[in-house]
Amino acid sequence: MLRIECPCCGPRDHDEFRYGGDASVTRPAHDDPDPEAWYAYVYVRKNPAGLHREFWQHVIGCRQWLVVERDTRNHVISSVAFARTSQA
Amino acid sequence: MNAQNQRLPGGGRIDRSHPIEFSFDGRKLAGYRGDTLASALLANGVTLVGRSFKYHRPRGILSAGPEEPNALVTLGSGGRREPNLPATTLELGDGMVVETQNRWPSLAFDVQSLNGLFGPFLSAGFYYKTFMGPTRRAWMFYEHFIRKAAGLGRAGTDPDPARYEVRHAFADVAIIGSGPAGLSAARAAAAAGARVALIEQDFLLGGQLLAERSDGIAAAWLNEVEAELKGLETVTLMKRTSAFGVYDGNVLGLAAQREPLDTRSTGEARQTVTMLRAHSVVFATGAIERPMVFSNNDRPGVMLASAARTYLNRFAVLPGKKIIVAAANDAAWRTAFDLAEAGAEVTVADLRAAPPPALAAEAGRLGVAVRTATRIVDLRGGHAVRRATLSGPGGQSETACDLVCMSGGWSPTVHLTSHLGIKPRYRDDIDGFVPGIFPASWSGAGAMMGAYATADTIEDGHRAGIEAASFCGKSAPVSAPPKLDLGETVTAPLRDVPSAHRGKAFVDFQMDVTTKDIELAHREGYESVEHLKRYTTLGMGTDQGKTSNFAALAAMAGLRGATVPETGTTTFRPPFTPVAIGALAGRATGHHFKPFRRTPMHDWHQANGADMLEVGLWMRPWFYRQSGADVNEAYVAEMRTVRQAAGLMDISTLGKIDVQGPDAAIFLDRVYANGFAKLPVGRARYGVMLRDDGIVFDDGTTTRLAESRFFMTTSTAKAADVLSRLEFLLDTAWPDLRVAVTSVSDEWAAMSIAGPQSRAILAAEFPSLDVSDAALPHMGLLEGEWEGRALRILRLSYSGERAYELYVGATAGAQLWNRLLEAGDPFGLKPYGVEALGALRVEKGHVAGPEIDGRTTLDDLGLGRIAGKRSGFVGDVLRRRPALLAPARERLVGLECIEDGKRLRGGAILFLPGEKAHGHGRGRVTSVTFSPERGHYVGLALLAGDMAAEGNEVVAVYPMKAETVRARIVAPVFLDPQGERLHG
Ligand SMILES: [Zn+2]
Repeated sequence: MLRIECPCCGPRDHDEFRYGGDASVTRPAHDDPDPEAWYAYVYVRKNPAGLHREFWQHVIGCRQWLVVERDTRNHVISSVAFARTSQA
Repeated sequence: MNAQNQRLPGGGRIDRSHPIEFSFDGRKLAGYRGDTLASALLANGVTLVGRSFKYHRPRGILSAGPEEPNALVTLGSGGRREPNLPATTLELGDGMVVETQNRWPSLAFDVQSLNGLFGPFLSAGFYYKTFMGPTRRAWMFYEHFIRKAAGLGRAGTDPDPARYEVRHAFADVAIIGSGPAGLSAARAAAAAGARVALIEQDFLLGGQLLAERSDGIAAAWLNEVEAELKGLETVTLMKRTSAFGVYDGNVLGLAAQREPLDTRSTGEARQTVTMLRAHSVVFATGAIERPMVFSNNDRPGVMLASAARTYLNRFAVLPGKKIIVAAANDAAWRTAFDLAEAGAEVTVADLRAAPPPALAAEAGRLGVAVRTATRIVDLRGGHAVRRATLSGPGGQSETACDLVCMSGGWSPTVHLTSHLGIKPRYRDDIDGFVPGIFPASWSGAGAMMGAYATADTIEDGHRAGIEAASFCGKSAPVSAPPKLDLGETVTAPLRDVPSAHRGKAFVDFQMDVTTKDIELAHREGYESVEHLKRYTTLGMGTDQGKTSNFAALAAMAGLRGATVPETGTTTFRPPFTPVAIGALAGRATGHHFKPFRRTPMHDWHQANGADMLEVGLWMRPWFYRQSGADVNEAYVAEMRTVRQAAGLMDISTLGKIDVQGPDAAIFLDRVYANGFAKLPVGRARYGVMLRDDGIVFDDGTTTRLAESRFFMTTSTAKAADVLSRLEFLLDTAWPDLRVAVTSVSDEWAAMSIAGPQSRAILAAEFPSLDVSDAALPHMGLLEGEWEGRALRILRLSYSGERAYELYVGATAGAQLWNRLLEAGDPFGLKPYGVEALGALRVEKGHVAGPEIDGRTTLDDLGLGRIAGKRSGFVGDVLRRRPALLAPARERLVGLECIEDGKRLRGGAILFLPGEKAHGHGRGRVTSVTFSPERGHYVGLALLAGDMAAEGNEVVAVYPMKAETVRARIVAPVFLDPQGERLHG
């Protein structure tokens, strides 16, 4: 069981979270018309054996989307941060 | 009742004041509190306790712990029946009913042991070849017979009435194993200031110390440390608790047995699974003694040397009178000495040419005969061992015996530490595997790290306890542990080299794998350990090969001419010991298997004859008994009510999301494929969301309550996904948008009133509200109050009729529902269920879950027009990929059944007329209903675009019921294509 240290709620079981995929890919702007950019964002993944930046949402908790750095080889989590970096 | 003839008059850790009766294959036997089933059987002189898996050979008790491969029994009867329990860990309880396994008609006379019959089928690779090779078809034929012949205990088929629990716990330091190392670690970690959980699978603390005399210095040490730990509030002693798995985040899976009392009368849980989260873990799991490999080494009366010592000293059972102790190291000699002191006639046969002189001297003092450079090569005796053939410097000789104790050395119990992928590491000096490199939060101590002398394990545990506590930031000063020196000498064992054997020489007792099987695997090229394991089924029993792993590696290494580390070791996975499925489930069975979500009107539905349907976690009314005797009769009647008068439907399950903020309109403009920025305040709009890949995600209605506030509804099924997706976009993609989204699904009760009489009913119930078409047009919003509660009325239609959705505070939902039914009664208002709801929308041609199935696009569903020329919304770019625009893609059509008396079925596969009904067809029927309007079945289907021309015929094939029916392709609207009834 992964234990994720939510910056808002503290260490919690992964049951409380929803996985949100690779956080290292860059989402094109909402009005970017380039199919290649969207293709890369939706489908192209590095799948590293090692450190992986990924989204998790604390759904049974603060509901914040988080960026978690996890080593895919041993599941060791080295950092957890709020995904929302700039506040409007 | 059988006397306990093998029980010694004194000593042991049994409570002689508390005799226990139990039944063993119908025989009434007695033991004492403190016995295991195995020790009680041995006390009664019972040595034959099971039949083996494949060859049905008689088997006895090999060990005194969870590594037991042979003595597996079935406990209890009926729903409480539990098979494959090791007699060696089963705590004896009053009135226990135990049956042996895998024998027919009786344990002593088993028909299938006359098994030249089955031998050829069951050699190594039998399962592998049968499942994987060209003989797969033959398996179909033989399976029936083989399954009957080969196997362990049978599970019960009745529901288990016992209660099980799952709980969660936390600790600073979890210590697995309460031998000298674990006890010392617990003492140190607690003294350093840590909260400690000490986990022990046995019902007594002490581990290997329990094999020592119950009145000696080891017992004194154990009493002292146990008393110290019991006095500490920060230490939780978890006895009868097996650590079965180690998971990420230092989460340990623990399974605890109740004391053997009748849980039927107390109502307590029979077993409890604990998920323990620990900051650091100390593994003090000890070591498992290795059997020796020789001909007929599986005969009842062959026992691990340490087990014999445990039965003698802990349980006061002398398991034999004329005993051979086969040794390869010093440890086994201590068994020989203790047995001799207890009065047995003992011969030590040591593989080594020159065992330490001190041992020989002690042997001389106790009258123990010693044969050096000597091994056992064969045993005789069926249900009990009678004679042993020893081979030594003077050649071979036969010796009478009734017990053989063997010790091929020790294997550290590294299983748990391997669960997360840490490969064990071979150590030459102990000829065994110890754990690999640990993460910082783990420590190992004692025999599992290769430290075998008691004094060393205590020191090691002390160090590990301090280390583990310090990892948690607890480092108060700790006093030195009490000393205990048992004077053991520790030497690496001389490895037994398996060679040609006269009879079957077993490596894995439980799976009946012999040296011949390993030789066969080697000859056929299955040399890697993982292949060997799968080919021979070695280590695949319920014991996970705890006693067989090393011997198999050594045998394969010998055949390959390689070293053991070159040969490798297998991967260990949870569970370390079997866990009852019931214990893992805890209380989550039956009704509690998953949560049920009930709407505010649930009780009314139940009280008024609704048949309920599970929709995800929700309970929804399927149809009402007042409408018809069964669902088919009822839903058609309910449809007619809606089309002719009015119906009331509970739609509280819809997802409801409050969208607020200055940029809310911009936000909705991006998440919906159709525009929302220009939606006027007080108006609603149907919207469709796409995924990033251009596939339709969900649909629903969103209403503008104010300039910067919207009320969104989603489908019942996608409510959680939609909210999470909106939050994702706001948190990660567009943090600049000033918008907040909040679920209000549970805050509002919702109901839909549909049908030509619906406005009249609203006017009657809400005289103070203006529900005229001018004030509340189609897609309009009316906000008001009802009985002091907020009320929203949206004029929306799903059925195609004039209809309104009413939203009221959840606690007032049932009240409003009742009031509407009363007010509507003169107008013919009746409730309707989801079956009629689905049928009405099919008739009207609205898509829903069966069509929005995660594979369809807007264009597939005929909804392309709603996006029009817009761009910049989620999924906009990838929905225009060429593959998603291909003309042959399946798209939505309507189907009309054109054969009298026949019906369409959802899931039917569509073919061209005259085409062979084979394969995936040209499309499929997604939703159907009987249409009272049309007088026959109609449906929606997804059909290849190049054959979807209206007027064409298709054939709908439903192989599950062998049905074939002709249908005509029509526009997917079966009622009121102009939409006039909305205003009727
Ligand atoms: Zn949180």
